[in-house]
Amino acid sequence: MTKIGLEIHSQLTELQSKLFCSCKANYREFQPNENICPICMGLPGSLPQLNQKAVEKATMIAMALNCSTPEKITFFRKNYFYPDLPKNFQITQLNIYGETSVGGPGILMVGDKKIRITRIQLEEDPGRIIYEGSSEKNQITLVDYNRAGTPLVEIVTEPDFENPKEVREFLNILSDLLANLGVSDPSLEGAMRADANVSIEDGNKVEIKNIGSFHDLEKAVHFEITRQQSLHARNIPIIQETRHWDDKRKITVSSRSKEEDLDYRYFLESDIPWVRIGNQIKDKLKSEMPETISSKKERYVSKYNIPAQVADVLSSDKFYSDLFEKSHTTENAKEVANIITTDLMGLVDTREKRESSKLTALHLKEIADSIQSGKITRNSAKNVLYEILKTGKAVSTVISDLDLDNVFSESELLKIIESVISEETQAVEQAKTNPQTINYLVGKVMQKTKGKADPTYTLDLLKKKIN
Amino acid sequence: MNLKISALQFTREVKTGNISVEDFIGKTMEHIEKVDGNLHAFLSLNDNAVNQARDIDKKIKSGDKIGQCFGMPISIKDNICIKDTKTTCASKMLENYIAPYDATVITKLKQQDAIFVGKVNLDEFAMGLSTEFSAYGPSRNPWNTDYVPGGSSGGSAVSVSAFECVASLGSDTGGSVRNPASFCSTVGYKPTYGLISRYGLISYANSIEQIGPLTRTVEDAAFMLNLIAGLDSNDNTTINNNNADYLKDIDSGIEGKKIGIIKEMIGEGINPTVLSATKNAISKLEQLGAICEEVSLDMVKYSVAAYYAITTTEAGSNLARYDNLRYGYDFSVEGYAFNAYIEKARKKLGPEVTRRMILGGFVPSSGYAGKYFLKALKVKSKLTRQIDEAFKKFDLLISPTVPILPFKIGEKINDPASLFLIDINTVTANLTGKPAISIPYAISNGLPIGIQLIANSMNDKLLLQAARALEKTVKLPEVPI
Repeated sequence: MTKIGLEIHSQLTELQSKLFCSCKANYREFQPNENICPICMGLPGSLPQLNQKAVEKATMIAMALNCSTPEKITFFRKNYFYPDLPKNFQITQLNIYGETSVGGPGILMVGDKKIRITRIQLEEDPGRIIYEGSSEKNQITLVDYNRAGTPLVEIVTEPDFENPKEVREFLNILSDLLANLGVSDPSLEGAMRADANVSIEDGNKVEIKNIGSFHDLEKAVHFEITRQQSLHARNIPIIQETRHWDDKRKITVSSRSKEEDLDYRYFLESDIPWVRIGNQIKDKLKSEMPETISSKKERYVSKYNIPAQVADVLSSDKFYSDLFEKSHTTENAKEVANIITTDLMGLVDTREKRESSKLTALHLKEIADSIQSGKITRNSAKNVLYEILKTGKAVSTVISDLDLDNVFSESELLKIIESVISEETQAVEQAKTNPQTINYLVGKVMQKTKGKADPTYTLDLLKKKIN
Repeated sequence: MNLKISALQFTREVKTGNISVEDFIGKTMEHIEKVDGNLHAFLSLNDNAVNQARDIDKKIKSGDKIGQCFGMPISIKDNICIKDTKTTCASKMLENYIAPYDATVITKLKQQDAIFVGKVNLDEFAMGLSTEFSAYGPSRNPWNTDYVPGGSSGGSAVSVSAFECVASLGSDTGGSVRNPASFCSTVGYKPTYGLISRYGLISYANSIEQIGPLTRTVEDAAFMLNLIAGLDSNDNTTINNNNADYLKDIDSGIEGKKIGIIKEMIGEGINPTVLSATKNAISKLEQLGAICEEVSLDMVKYSVAAYYAITTTEAGSNLARYDNLRYGYDFSVEGYAFNAYIEKARKKLGPEVTRRMILGGFVPSSGYAGKYFLKALKVKSKLTRQIDEAFKKFDLLISPTVPILPFKIGEKINDPASLFLIDINTVTANLTGKPAISIPYAISNGLPIGIQLIANSMNDKLLLQAARALEKTVKLPEVPI
């Protein structure tokens, strides 16, 4: 049987400052080594100042993953040398002397499958190493400490996954959950990283490190299973080792350094006193936690009669569900959900497009209302959306600019249909025997009405006229 | 100009206009020029001190608001950061390191118009108790320059004892303020752990060390504490002391107070002269109305072993950053070839630091942690329980600060184990976080002896009152410089 376990590192990107100093948690907007101070650079004499907000957000994650949350937490030093580690030790958490990390054992359901969470810990991200140079001989190593000290939550799972598909489903659910909690934006580059361990047929466990994205994680796990299976088939022993994911060649490679032999000499970080997280704090955090994805979905279905599939798509994405929450009324909820899932999601499908979009909740509300009041057709809504995303103009302006209002009345539409029938005699004849041809005629009507006619309605009228 | 006055006398004299700050600082700098070639208390001097003094005189003259230090000359142990000033830790590794920020204690003293005359010598990274492990050469004891001044805050003790400043800040990890204070006949005080911010103190063993003042009088120590103690958002381990005034009621005396004489600190290995001085001090305290009685803390016999297991573990981690990548050798824009870098990575660290870092790699390593490091932590918590138990019965504890007299420079440098054992009376206060103070008590054949008092956590005020009471019974000859 294949067993896969994960270690997921998620930055708390939505925090203002780093874990132990007031430098920005959002290091991405800086030139190299400009988002640094004596503390995150580990300068002699500096001390860590624990960011209480980070402890709260990490505890929230633990609660959302149904983990046990201890009364008191503490930090440990993990001692090792690496150029990206300013102090040559990392401040992290550990549970070997009792449960002292932000989260203990928990569970996340993936469909009907239970994935056990081993623990959740809060730690500091190291800096970033950039290798430059074309060959090994002239390679140089550059270090950017802007990232050093960024709050990082490590989520460790039991080896409960049996195939890469389960891994992918888990990661999708987890990243939606973290985004919904408002603690992390998984779409930011490097915000979520993972290590995996893989074994087959109760054989040795192989760790895969250095996987930069969830997309690659699935590939890496897939590759590793195939590699182990082909070794197994040929009776070649699978050795317990750490392998690195080669991003360019998309394969796992045995690590030259024996990382599993490192002795981290863990001991208590006494510069940070024990932090009490009592029931009062936990209750407060619980009350501040946003509605869960599943509860949102349920509400969308029961309250607004939105189809389950649409509700599912809408609730699991924080960006769109936030937009929905701000723009819908009881009357137009279904319409808003429709516009988002059928039109908007296709138009705004990348992070960049989301950021450059000029669409507001008010726009969306007005578009839905315009459809419902019959001012524009369902069909025109997409054009309005497209224009607003680019320009941010008011809905009424866009409608009149594009001449989308004044939807044709039945008699007006009938007049146009009659003129199309008289112009397209050949097509009309064909349509009588071949139903496919009638779509051509609908298209002609749409052309003449500049898309303002309702296509379904037009089809009905056409059918009646022809037959 | 009398440079021998206490800190409180200095502020009174300046306030009343009897002395000008410029005069006093000028004379102090001249005196340093004269005596420090031999004593070697200072690693660097503040070239701007006289100008700063002149500015303070102007402020006084024009009636501007003035800080409580009134331009008092203070020396600072060279492991405490002063912005834009070299902070070397007496190590070649930080030979050219210029701190880009002020330690919290420095910020507070600057606000009170203190003048930092210079940075003073220490054992490299505060590891040692004789100042012989300074990479820049040992300091000498003003009472007899053939002898060590104690350590690791040797430069602080020498500078106060030899009138090169009025007060000094040192740091105490296992006795590093009290030991040199005892050897040089000054007051040396380690407050309750957390009472003074450690932000800007370069860590050696961060779980137990504290910044502490070295002064001429107990009152001066209380005065310094008033200025630098209290909660600091830069140090999560600091304690709120509600702006306590440690000078107020300092003459309350010790009548009726119960004092425990720590049996394990006056037994085996103690110098007979030190023992008789201690007994003498106890009888003086009894005459003042204290009730003195022996108490046993049997964990003390494991305290030095535990101390070294814990401090080397923390040092191994705290000093790991000095890997020559960012500190040490000159920075080359082209970078380093990896092998050359690794080869000389630690070469700038001296023998004692190297010894402790190697121990620090071993003691907490997997397979040995249980035998050494975790056992040391057990001793620490048992010792804390024992001393807490003792404080249910006693208000204070007493012992000699150091069980022996100052020794000659070079005498013990090749015998690190015997050096380690000298810490036996001082490490208990660090391992348990309790406040402790060394008071100059006697001079034997020209060499000083100090007495140590220990109080319960946050009883610093009581500790200072008792120390003040004992100090009043003492009349010592003047330092022969």
